[in-house]
Amino acid sequence: MATRESLTARLLRIEGLPISTVLLLLVAVFMLVAPEVFLSYRIYMSFLANGAPLLVLAAGLTLLIAAGEIDLSFPSVVALSGWVLAYCIHQHEAPWLGLLLALLAGALVGFLNGVLVARVGIPSIIATLATQFLWGGITTVLSEGLSYSLSDIDELLVWKLLVGRIGPLPVQALWAVGLTAWLWLVLNRRRFGEHLLFIGDNAKVAEIVGVNTRREKTRAFVLMGVLGAFASVLLTLENQNFFNTQGAGYLLEVMAAVFIGGTSVFGGKASMVGTVAGSFIIVMVEAGIVATGVQGFWVRAVVGVVFLAAVVGHMLIEGPGKGITRVRLLRGKFGLNQGERS
Amino acid sequence: MPHSLPATPARDEQLFQHIVRLERVDMTFGRVQALSQVDFEVGRNEIVGLIGDNGAGKSTLIKIISGVLRPTAGTVWVRDQRVDPSSYSVRRAHDLRIETVHQTQSLGEKQPLWRNLFVGRQIVGRFGFIDVKKEKEIANQLLRKAIGFRGQGITAESTVRDLSGGERQGIAIARAMHFQADLIVLDEPTTALAVNEVRKVLSFIEGAKSGGRACIYIEHNLAHVHEVADRLVILDRGKVVRDVKKGELSLAELTSQMIALHEGHGDGHA
Repeated sequence: MATRESLTARLLRIEGLPISTVLLLLVAVFMLVAPEVFLSYRIYMSFLANGAPLLVLAAGLTLLIAAGEIDLSFPSVVALSGWVLAYCIHQHEAPWLGLLLALLAGALVGFLNGVLVARVGIPSIIATLATQFLWGGITTVLSEGLSYSLSDIDELLVWKLLVGRIGPLPVQALWAVGLTAWLWLVLNRRRFGEHLLFIGDNAKVAEIVGVNTRREKTRAFVLMGVLGAFASVLLTLENQNFFNTQGAGYLLEVMAAVFIGGTSVFGGKASMVGTVAGSFIIVMVEAGIVATGVQGFWVRAVVGVVFLAAVVGHMLIEGPGKGITRVRLLRGKFGLNQGERS
Repeated sequence: MPHSLPATPARDEQLFQHIVRLERVDMTFGRVQALSQVDFEVGRNEIVGLIGDNGAGKSTLIKIISGVLRPTAGTVWVRDQRVDPSSYSVRRAHDLRIETVHQTQSLGEKQPLWRNLFVGRQIVGRFGFIDVKKEKEIANQLLRKAIGFRGQGITAESTVRDLSGGERQGIAIARAMHFQADLIVLDEPTTALAVNEVRKVLSFIEGAKSGGRACIYIEHNLAHVHEVADRLVILDRGKVVRDVKKGELSLAELTSQMIALHEGHGDGHA
């Protein structure tokens, strides 16, 4: 067998390359179809402003899915933490305290999820579905079903620091990208991230090699809770408004962003770069479809098509689980290496 | 398999008599008694062959030694020091230089080899980031020198699921070698191997002994254990039924005893 890797193999090893290419192609298509919108910078600033919470959530969820777990409760964290922040600003004019308490609320929800999953042993899809109802319900009770309008908060320092503008650039985009970069490091360069990958790969192996699976899983849920709270803070401040179902729309979009990005639903393999591309695809298809003059009703259908195409694409690239074989096959298909199929 | 292990263990560790000793250890899973009142010890430079039928408790026993399981009752001693069960773990066992090559899969299938070699004991820099470059470098060295994977297209970047059973076992053994254990526990290391690879494992075990190390060797193939072990311990249904020096039990006697035990089970079920 050849010792030199083919170009195809080396390209495939670059993280998130295929899906990033899809994203760029999509941008190109939109530029062709709706140049007046997509050749101006303003649409991208709007993507960055509105996509920031989605990206933060998707990046956090990537870590959990890497560990073979899922969190369905983050929409309720987006609601609950948003209420905590809004309440502190609205009733007590204490935005900093509100920020702190909002993050703390997220951490607590995450910790509870972690205990239910890692200690009690409830499968995460069930545990977090339950806590999603629980905290969503509690938010409705606390807010009495009302929404809070937070006018004039753009005067606040916390607003300027988190969702202000530097020229046309929304500050929350910097936060989201910075956090995502940090989470890339956590996943790929920290013990914690490596432990999550091994847990997702095979929890028994993780234990054999000395990973404290319960502690690491709990930490991952707490992290997701805090990130959910932070996304909620960005959303609430940007909208200058809180309403008690404000997280509901995110559940499926965030999951779609992660899977479009190529993170394996089976755990053990995750791509943070892919998640970034997936998030932008989700945000852009929504705005792009409308801008191209197609009826807005088509948005979800197009997301579905892109989603399916991405998943099938990842499957083709990953193959049925044989990396070297797959590369050999690919080489064979491209006529680079005839007679060497295994 | 090379004998590149350092010849002398650290000075301060010369004084102990047993690298590991278990005293009246019980292990129950729900209503199943996997081990009962097991006494078991391994001398400082001894190869102990652990033999028993399926379900005799061999894997449970070594999981206790390697820190994966906590015994229900009994005492564990490492280097003649009593081990606090509440703080004993895989990590602690690694710190005490006990390495285990498990029978069941012990590698992350989707992870590259370099991660598999160092997971749980990552090389990290000052700020806690994994030194990927260094880990890959050492992994590649190990692959070339220790395992002899040269020219097979296997590198530190290769994924475990692309490897054969023998190659995987080689990686698991190389991991144990790299961390220079004083006690190496091998749980049926030859099961997935081709004949020539089995010889490599056996000579690795002998090399470990001449390097001053101890070894627990679990094996179904009685001829293999009998060849390399200094002492043979036979487990049956969670109990130690025989503990003899190799000289006191010929391979033929060992074989007939194992057959007798096995048939004894058959009667029990009938």
